[in-house]
This record gives sequence, C-alpha cells and structure tokens, in this order.
Amino acid sequence: MKLSILINEGPYTHQAADTAYQFTKAALDKGHEVFRVFFYNDGVYNGSRLTVPPQDDRNIQKNWSELAAKHKLDLVVCIAAAQRRGILDEGEVKRHGKGEGAANVAPGFRISGLGQLIEMGIQSDRLVIFGD
Amino acid sequence: MAEAAKSGAAPAPAKAKKKFLYVNRKAPYGTIYALESLEVVLIAAAFEQEVSLAFLDDGVFQLSKGQDTAGIGMKCFAPTYRALGDFGVTKLYVEKEALSERGLTVEDLQQVTYEDENDGFKAKPSIVLIDRAALAKVMAEQDVILSF
Repeated sequence: MKLSILINEGPYTHQAADTAYQFTKAALDKGHEVFRVFFYNDGVYNGSRLTVPPQDDRNIQKNWSELAAKHKLDLVVCIAAAQRRGILDEGEVKRHGKGEGAANVAPGFRISGLGQLIEMGIQSDRLVIFGD
Repeated sequence: MAEAAKSGAAPAPAKAKKKFLYVNRKAPYGTIYALESLEVVLIAAAFEQEVSLAFLDDGVFQLSKGQDTAGIGMKCFAPTYRALGDFGVTKLYVEKEALSERGLTVEDLQQVTYEDENDGFKAKPSIVLIDRAALAKVMAEQDVILSF
C-alpha cells in the first residue's frame, strides 16, 4: 500500500512523534511504500539538527535522518510552520538575513510548501496522521 | 510570499477528484491548530479537490461572531472563513451537539456565504448544521480526513 504520514506534534513532549516514527519504520519493514512524511504544526521541530537529547535517550531527529537515508524517504517540513518556529534551510537563512551557519534543518529533511501535504493526500492510498 | 514561492508540487494531474474533509476541533485561540488548519485549507483550494470543513468540539468557537483579539495581541483570522467561498470551499459542517453543549446556537456564529455559480451567483449559506450521527456518515464518505 502507498502510505503518507503527517506529523503534527513536536518531539519528546508528545508521543505522537515517536509513534509516527515506529509506524513508518514498521510499514517500510512490511514492504509498504511511504510516499512522503510531512511535518506540520510543532511537528517541524522533529527536523531540527540542533536537538541534543541525553545520550541514554532516543534521538528522534537522528532516527528520522537515518530512516530517510536507508529508504530514500521524502521528509518534508512545512515552510510556513517552520519559519514561525525557527527551522530554516540555507536559502531561507539567506533570504531573511539570519547569518551564515544559522540553517538548522536536519540531514534528510527538506523544507517545502503545504502543497506537498495536499499532493500526498491525493497520491496515497492512505494518509495517516499523528497528533494530539 | 514564502508560501507561493515554495508551494512545492504543482496541482495534481487530471484524475478523479478526492474528497478532503478538514476537521476542526480546537478553539480559535489558545493553540495554533485552528489558524494552521485554515492555512492548509487555503492552499488545498488550489488543487481542485472536493474540500469541506467540519467544526466540532471547541472547534465550533472558530466560527463564533464578533471575535476581537485586540486584548490578546493575536491576529484575528475569523474574517478569513468568509472568504472560503471564493476558494470553492462551500460546505462548513457544524455539529449541532457541539453547539448546544456549549450553550450556543447558529445565531452565535458569523454568517458565511458563497456565490452559487449554478444558480445565478446567488449568495447561499455555507454553514450546514448537522447532528453527530449524520456527520459520522459525511466522514465515512471522505477519501482524506485531516484533523486539527
């Protein structure tokens, strides 16, 4: 089955972020196709490379980056939600004059528009949402 | 606008339209869900899918009339609901039970209308009062449900 995943909550505060990761991993292991994973609302924080959780805890951002590398996953962070919350890529850093090195979108994630969310609703057999 | 510049994928290829329902459950202020749900709806309208909205739980407050956010320093986005008709979004389902549980009637909601292009562009009400059981049926008919 062709699935898409929408994540609406940030890491650590809400289990939604963990459950979404576990679900996505399990779906891929079962041989399902994951068309795209979209991060919205506070979910955009899952894509910050600056998170530094304690070493004896899971690293949610890193888990996603590794899963993306392994399965060529398309991880998309909503640009409007990301800009509000300070998640920027190189292009946005430059455009808003935030200073060199300020880009913090994590490896394997890309920033794009809400059109990507609508498209995955259209293209997928199921859109599965993780939020509160 | 950042959104326009990076809105990503072009509208979907010619293909059967899907039915999208946006379920709004939260009060308009206090959390950002209502505003960011509305932002998705406005983008969704460009994709020529069949889009409708449902308001239940505290989400019914999103349509309450006379909203004034001056005291809390937030943008008042209530007028945007009245523009949805121009985006082809003409069905706003409001759950009857959610209204009555909160001591509200349809009179407490702002008027939202759309111009019916099949009826001489007459202004028609967009808000559809619907009971919980009927709303469940509407949900069952959807292809994609986004809940905020």
